[in-house]
Amino acid sequence: MDLSYSPRHEAFRAEVRDFLERHRAEALTALLGVDAGTARERALAWQRLLIEHGYAARTIPKEYGGHGAAPDLLERVILDEEFNRAGVSRGIGGQGPDMLVPTLLEHGNEEQKRSYIAPTIRGEIIWCQGYSEPGAGSDLAAVQTRAVEDGDDFVVNGQKIWTTTAHLAHMMFGLIRTEPEASKHAGLSYLLIPMQTPGIEVRPLGTMTGHSEFNEVFFTDVRVPKRNVVGRRGEGWKIANTTLKHERNLLASSALLEGSLLRLIDLLERTETESGRAIDRPGIRDRLLRLQARVLAMRCHSLRMLTCGIKGEWPGTAGLVTKLAGCEISHQIAGLAIDALAETGILYGEGAKAQAARTWQAHYMFSLGLIIGGGTAQIQKNIIAERGLGLPREPRA
Amino acid sequence: MDFGLSEEQRLLHESLVRYLEAEVPVSRVREIAARDDGHDPALWSKLAEMGVLGVLVPEAAGGSGLGLLDAAVAATALGRCVAPAAFLGTAVMAVIALREAGSDAQRSEWMSRIAAGEVRIAVAATELFARRAGTGFHAESGKLSGRSILVLDACADAILCPTPDGRIALVASDAPGLGVEPVETIDRTRRFAEIVAENVAPTEWLGGGEARPGALRRMIDAGRVIVAADALGASERALEKAVAYARERVQFGRPIGSFQAVKHLCAEMAAELEPARSLVWYAAHAFDAIPAEASLVAAHAKAHLCEIGTFIVRTATEVHGGIGFTDAHDLHLWFKRVGADRQMLGSPDAAREDAARQQGWV
Repeated sequence: MDLSYSPRHEAFRAEVRDFLERHRAEALTALLGVDAGTARERALAWQRLLIEHGYAARTIPKEYGGHGAAPDLLERVILDEEFNRAGVSRGIGGQGPDMLVPTLLEHGNEEQKRSYIAPTIRGEIIWCQGYSEPGAGSDLAAVQTRAVEDGDDFVVNGQKIWTTTAHLAHMMFGLIRTEPEASKHAGLSYLLIPMQTPGIEVRPLGTMTGHSEFNEVFFTDVRVPKRNVVGRRGEGWKIANTTLKHERNLLASSALLEGSLLRLIDLLERTETESGRAIDRPGIRDRLLRLQARVLAMRCHSLRMLTCGIKGEWPGTAGLVTKLAGCEISHQIAGLAIDALAETGILYGEGAKAQAARTWQAHYMFSLGLIIGGGTAQIQKNIIAERGLGLPREPRA
Repeated sequence: MDFGLSEEQRLLHESLVRYLEAEVPVSRVREIAARDDGHDPALWSKLAEMGVLGVLVPEAAGGSGLGLLDAAVAATALGRCVAPAAFLGTAVMAVIALREAGSDAQRSEWMSRIAAGEVRIAVAATELFARRAGTGFHAESGKLSGRSILVLDACADAILCPTPDGRIALVASDAPGLGVEPVETIDRTRRFAEIVAENVAPTEWLGGGEARPGALRRMIDAGRVIVAADALGASERALEKAVAYARERVQFGRPIGSFQAVKHLCAEMAAELEPARSLVWYAAHAFDAIPAEASLVAAHAKAHLCEIGTFIVRTATEVHGGIGFTDAHDLHLWFKRVGADRQMLGSPDAAREDAARQQGWV
């Protein structure tokens, strides 16, 4: 056990701190979504600066527009820590840079890598993920959106759902049935679909939070060039699973949990009624302490998983539990904040008075969405039990 | 950056588990547990020989001079094998008390005897966590009086008796004026006793009897991490037993582990266990390397491991169904081991309240 950093890494940390100090003026503080709106130009400029210094797209090869550094997990951790500490945006992330780019690097052909990687990491091409369908949720391989060959094109018909950022996206990476004769898993291809193609309709999907964090996407005779298949036809399932691996780690980062916990502690120390601060109520305090232990355990766990990554060791069952455990903790943190606010915990209007309750209620609801999304808690348990513990699979119906 | 066990620590765990499974299997554990003193001289000598008893003792005093993470690795192996050995009191809490509060002469004499397996030391610390009327110790003119209702790792040669203000006495078990009454608990793999002292002359007052609350704190922090590690080992084995049983037990024509109702219980146990394992390693490391965090993390590790340990041993029992409830099946030994761990050195709610105090919330 050695939690110190090598001199080389300490030097890298100093370099990053110096960069953040020098560029404080143009640094963006808000978390950058792709929907940065009017701030988009500033966001793209910030992203270019980060890539130039190797603080974004650090390990993407130079020929594809990245910085071309050798993979080094600790450098990534240092970047996360220092940018977090400074309250500065890590740059443009999301489904394009974080999920599609690694997938293309692993499975894409040269032309696809050259066409898409550079503009994606610069934030110029926004992507959405077309996996889930109304009839294909947990049973993802049951997707029915189909593509039929017609000359050099596929003609796509069907519907996707839970498509984050589809209303902004230039491109979709989707799981489409191209081989109707093949078995369920072998009939899918991983297809890159330009969102401006005629026949695509995007409808916002209202959720319980009152917002529309997702969309539905409808395809009616949408023509997509055959060269837009990533990997080989019929390999879509395998390739999509590469992407999902990247997603599950995104959904339950321990740094996010630590941030939520600090905000919760701040709330409990500040929220006062006549009977005292929220943290003085023994029931509230005990729940906080239970969550504090869990968040601490997740922080330690992420360091352990990081070490496995550095050494190239397979972490076993321990590597499969992060999404299940982390999303649940996040939901419980928000639940406790709402209880601490007592009767006013239900406020959900605009305005300053409702701000705390509104934020935590949205967190509470959205974190339930994360427990379900990206592979439900029940699917995660199947994965832990079958791949981790070696329990037999449920016989197929 | 290397968060995890070293090769040496993995080897220590492996060799200890290999020895225990071969020489102290559950049938043997039951025999030892049935004895009055619950002690096995052969096991104790072997632990001394393997360097387990002297893991925290400096090399100059005949020990291995290692850290609390190494001790936690040993404790995980002992908990895993429900080993009947007074490791916590003797090899951890007594050593830390001596290290932190003992004079040079006391340290070298007692630590070398501990490392050699020549002495066993119990700890009468219950009153530090839960005071009951008429309990606790006080000192007057160098003599110790008072009562402790649940001494850990009893059936020892001597007992560490701290006073609330932080003076630590080491009292011989057969000292005149000391009454020792064995107490039966759910966990027969370890021994507990109630003791009453009336004007007892201690064998030693550590450091001349000066009040050393900091030393007491260190002793408790170390003890809590080790109890958490014991619960980790016991829970890990209970989960493995549940998984093995779920794979072999057939009902409705299928292994029960193929039913989601059962496999999800197993997944829930694993999802609790693995982050908790990371927490134990960190707490043990922090004890030696991150003093500012050590007490808080020790309290959290103790509380959390005992909470998830309790969940795991009861769920593992449920996965076993009726057979898990019988005496003939061994699973209840793990159930009871964790059950005792849970109440020691501050039950989970007491440890959390301690964590709250440390952060100024109480």
